[in-house]
Amino acid sequence: MDTQIKDAPPPSPQPTVAEQKRAARGATRPGDRIFLGLSRGSGILLLVIMAAIAVFLTYRASIAISKDEANFFTAFEWNTQLIPPKFGIAVLAFGTIVSSIIAMALAVPIAVAIALFLTHYAPRRLRGPIAYVIDLLAAVPSIVYGLWGALILVPHMNGLYGWLDDYFGWTGIFSWQQGAPRSMLTVGILLAIMILPIITNVSREVFRQVPQMHEEAALALGATRWEVIRMAVIPFGRSGVISASMLGLGRALGETMAVATVLSPSFDIQASLLDPGGGTFAQNIASKFGEASELGRDALIASGLVLFVITLLVNGAARMIIARRKEYSGANA
Amino acid sequence: MSTAATVSTLKGARLPKWSPYAIAAGSVALGVGISFAADLHSSIQWALIAGLLFVLGTYGIAARVEGRRQAKDRVATSLVWVAFLLAVVPLVSLVWSTVARGVKVLDFYFLTHSMGLVSDDEPGGGIYHAILGSLEQVALATLIAAPIGVLTAIYLVEYGRGRLAKAVTFFVDVMTGIPSIVAGLFILSIMLMFDMEPFGFAGSLALAILMMPVVVRSTEEMLKLVPNELREASLALGIPKWRTILKVVIPTSIGGITTGIMLAVARIAGETAPVLLLVWGNSLINANPFEGAQQSLPLYIYQQYANSAGAGAAYDRAWAASLTLIAFVMILNLVARGIARWKAPKTGR
Repeated sequence: MDTQIKDAPPPSPQPTVAEQKRAARGATRPGDRIFLGLSRGSGILLLVIMAAIAVFLTYRASIAISKDEANFFTAFEWNTQLIPPKFGIAVLAFGTIVSSIIAMALAVPIAVAIALFLTHYAPRRLRGPIAYVIDLLAAVPSIVYGLWGALILVPHMNGLYGWLDDYFGWTGIFSWQQGAPRSMLTVGILLAIMILPIITNVSREVFRQVPQMHEEAALALGATRWEVIRMAVIPFGRSGVISASMLGLGRALGETMAVATVLSPSFDIQASLLDPGGGTFAQNIASKFGEASELGRDALIASGLVLFVITLLVNGAARMIIARRKEYSGANA
Repeated sequence: MSTAATVSTLKGARLPKWSPYAIAAGSVALGVGISFAADLHSSIQWALIAGLLFVLGTYGIAARVEGRRQAKDRVATSLVWVAFLLAVVPLVSLVWSTVARGVKVLDFYFLTHSMGLVSDDEPGGGIYHAILGSLEQVALATLIAAPIGVLTAIYLVEYGRGRLAKAVTFFVDVMTGIPSIVAGLFILSIMLMFDMEPFGFAGSLALAILMMPVVVRSTEEMLKLVPNELREASLALGIPKWRTILKVVIPTSIGGITTGIMLAVARIAGETAPVLLLVWGNSLINANPFEGAQQSLPLYIYQQYANSAGAGAAYDRAWAASLTLIAFVMILNLVARGIARWKAPKTGR
């Protein structure tokens, strides 16, 4: 490891402190110093970019918010052309959270079940190919999901909507006024389909790392397959599954095109998940950007800043959980 | 797997192997029967009733014959299978509809012509300008992101100690989660400051931001796989560290690094949101990424869908462009994985 033994200046009887320090650090040749500088420089550049994102977005956002005549966090409208301009993110925050919650509620149990299927239930010969296909599905661009959602999924939702309205309409959140099913529920279902592959992939990696011994010990005690999963696999994989879900949540929160193609947006909050309306941060930026004025763009940047902070928190939390178990870092597996 | 005839005192009674199929068939038949009797029309209701009957039937029969624990196991098994099949339906539908609808207009003409004289609601036109723009933007983004990403990974694995390395690791992780539209807004905020018009390279910059953390992550994993003995052997011969990295560490892991970069390229090739904000879209051929609005494949799909007001021709073009995009991404993926398998470092595991 220590090249400095050869590089060090001819051994003087009493090396000075400075010399010792330099020797301990290693990089003494010009080539080494340049290379270290380059690689450290790129690391620092990454940090600078992150900081720059925060600074620039905050700067433009502050311009917009200072001109906003309504409360930026609670206003239910987005009128940047108005004099005085009034806009707020309440509807967007609500829509983003609701669609993500629906997506998570649908995707996480199914993804975990598929991961278990791939590690414990599927015929051994099928496991590899199925995992491979799911890997590939994670790479399908979101705009393709969006196109599929808008042209194939939406027409197929009428039956489900009618059924939900018939039997659960009394709850209020499932009542349906026969509008086109371009509502939060469809968005949530589409997002669930989109984040399914990534959650499945990461969960599968985690389940595969369960020590064979734990499972065999449980089996030797006469446990059924389900009991093995409950006693050995799930406890071991819990933190991994949580962080996988957070990664999926991060995707769902920031998804733009799929929501923009499927949702028919409006600036109010619908009580029912089945009635079209509402919006999400990312969708609003994509849809409003085309006709936005200078202030309109700054306002959109301000809403983007909020989205940035939310995803930062979610991802940071996911990383904290992962950090406890280093080997789960299959973030982009 | 004992049959009902063998009576063993060591094993509990087991249902025969065909029992799940029998129960499934029975519950479907019963479900359909009940639905007819109750005059229900929705196929979801039929499926729901049949599914419920299946779960209850499995649990009941297994609990009677095999005991409660086995019954739970059987129910869990069927639920896991159901989850898998449930997920397969939309994913198969996605792939199938893209291929089936995409091939309708996808031909040589489509790939070699732009939308120059074609309005969005009439048939004809193609995606040449979009492919050109996509390739240029992605190539420029890769030129920026790949070196920075690989160098950062080298720093983290070969040099990184202390607080700076920890901070870089953490923020690389966080950066992977940046929504693509936020990366677009960041570049947009810079462009607003200098009063710039949309152009292709701005999109490349946003794509590069999205690509960097992915490259860092995958390269890091690959560099960690290089056995330490190789580094030590090289250093012991008196070779400086930077030459050790360039001549020993990188060549050993080059396959994995290439794979990682290609997967990252595949990821950014499908990004729409930043391109929408920064490159704007153009129905004409613009080969210069440094001046004027360009087109890109994902953006083309979105615009064909959104600007056409339901014209069938535009939808056809959108599907064909989707098929092209998926094919591009899939080929990149397959080639990347092929390289990974072919060039995998022999770690002796």
